[in-house]
Amino acid sequence: MSKFVDGAIFKSLLKDGMTIHVGGFLTNGSPESLIDLVVESGVKDLTIICNDGGYEGNGVGKMINHGQVKKLIASHIGTNPDVGRLMNEEKLIVELVPQGTLVERIRAYGAGLGGILTPTGLNTLVQEGKVVISVKEKEYLLEEALGADLALIGGAIADNYGNLKYKETMRNFNPVMATAAQIVVVQPVKVIDVIDPENVITPHPFVDYILGGEKDER
Amino acid sequence: MNDKQIIASRIAMELKDGDLVNLGIGIPTLVANYVAEEKEIIFQSENGIIGLGADKGDECDIVNAGGMKASICKGGAFIDSATSFTFIRGGHIDITVLGALEVDQEGSIASWIIPGKIVPGMGGAMDLVTGAKKVIIAMRHTNKGKVKILKKCRLPLTAYKQANLIVTEMCVMKVKEDGLHLLEVNPAYTIEEVMQATDAELIIDEVIPMRGIENENNA
Repeated sequence: MSKFVDGAIFKSLLKDGMTIHVGGFLTNGSPESLIDLVVESGVKDLTIICNDGGYEGNGVGKMINHGQVKKLIASHIGTNPDVGRLMNEEKLIVELVPQGTLVERIRAYGAGLGGILTPTGLNTLVQEGKVVISVKEKEYLLEEALGADLALIGGAIADNYGNLKYKETMRNFNPVMATAAQIVVVQPVKVIDVIDPENVITPHPFVDYILGGEKDER
Repeated sequence: MNDKQIIASRIAMELKDGDLVNLGIGIPTLVANYVAEEKEIIFQSENGIIGLGADKGDECDIVNAGGMKASICKGGAFIDSATSFTFIRGGHIDITVLGALEVDQEGSIASWIIPGKIVPGMGGAMDLVTGAKKVIIAMRHTNKGKVKILKKCRLPLTAYKQANLIVTEMCVMKVKEDGLHLLEVNPAYTIEEVMQATDAELIIDEVIPMRGIENENNA
C-alpha cells in the first residue's frame, strides 16, 4: 500500500477536538502545507502540542490565528504575541512545559511508557499538582507520557518506502513525534528513491501517510 | 567596552579548552565573540546542534535556538530534541550561560514569567540550569536601578539553588554553601556602589579587580 496520498485523504483524517503533535522549532522543520490544509478544513477545538507557539501567521500560529485551537501545550510562546493575547482573553488554554520535559513525555508515549521522572521543575510552578518521587535519595517530578491522535511531521527527506531522515536542524521534535501518535503524516522537503539503511532516522513503519515533497530524480 | 561586552568578555574566561557550552539568547550569545583563539569550545544549541557556528550566509536550514540562521562546525552533529536534552539534563554540558530577571543569594533563578505581564515560557532554560555542570548568570546588575540580585527571588523560579556564578557589568559573584561571595569588582565601581545596587547579602573576603574585561581576544 502506497503511503503517498493527496490533500483530500489527509483532510478526511481531521476531526474536531483532535490532539495533534506538530513538529518544528520556531517553524524550522514545521510542516507548513499540512498546517495550511488543517486551516482549510476548518476543524476546531484542537489541542496542539508543539515546541513553541510559532510566529503570527506562521507555523502553529496559523491554526491559532484562525481560532481552531482550544489548547496549546508548548515550552515557549514569546515569539507569537497572538498566543499571549488569546490566553489573556481566555480564548486559548496554554500549558507551558519545560522543553526537555515536553520532548521526553512524547518520547515516553511512543516507547510505551506511562511517564518519566525528571528533576526539571522541582520547587517551581511546574511542580504544582504533580507527584514527587524519590529515587536513591534524589527527588524527581513524575511527568506523564504525552501522545496524540495525529502527528504532523516536517523537515524530512523521505524515500519511496516511507523511511525518513531529516535536513539539518529541521530534525528537532519531528522524529520523536513520529513515534507518538495514532496517525503519522509527513510533509517531506524532498523524496528520494531509497535512504541508506544506516542513515534512516524514522523507519517506515512509524509513517502512515506522505504528502507532497518534490521528487528527486537523481 | 559597553556593559554587555564587559559581561560577555569576563564570562569567556570561564570557558575551558574542550568545554561543551550552551549559550542563551541575548548577552550570553555574545560570549562566543570573546573566546581566546587558542581555546577550542564546542557550542551546543538546544534545538539540535553539537558544534554550533555563526551564520556564514550560506543557503541552508540551520537555525540556532533563537530561530536565527546559523551554521555547523566541522565534526559537528545534528540531533533530535530528545538527544539534545539528554545532553542537557544528563549532565553532559559543561557550562550554560543564561540571562535572568532575578537571582538570589542561594542561587535560585527567575527568568521565565512576570505574572500578569509577560509569559514567554521557560523553553529549555529549566532543563539547562538543572542539568548543566556549571550555571553562569549573565545580566545587567540592575534593571534601570531596580535591584535584581536579591536575598530571595520574588518572581516564580526557573530553578531552585542552581546558579554557580553571577557576572554583571559591576562585578563577579560566586554562590557557595555559606552564601554569595563577591569575588571581583569592575574598577569603574567601588565595593560600596556594588553593595548599594544589591539586595542580597554579599560575603566579602578578598576582592580583586574584575578580570578579562580589556585583554581577552576582542572579535
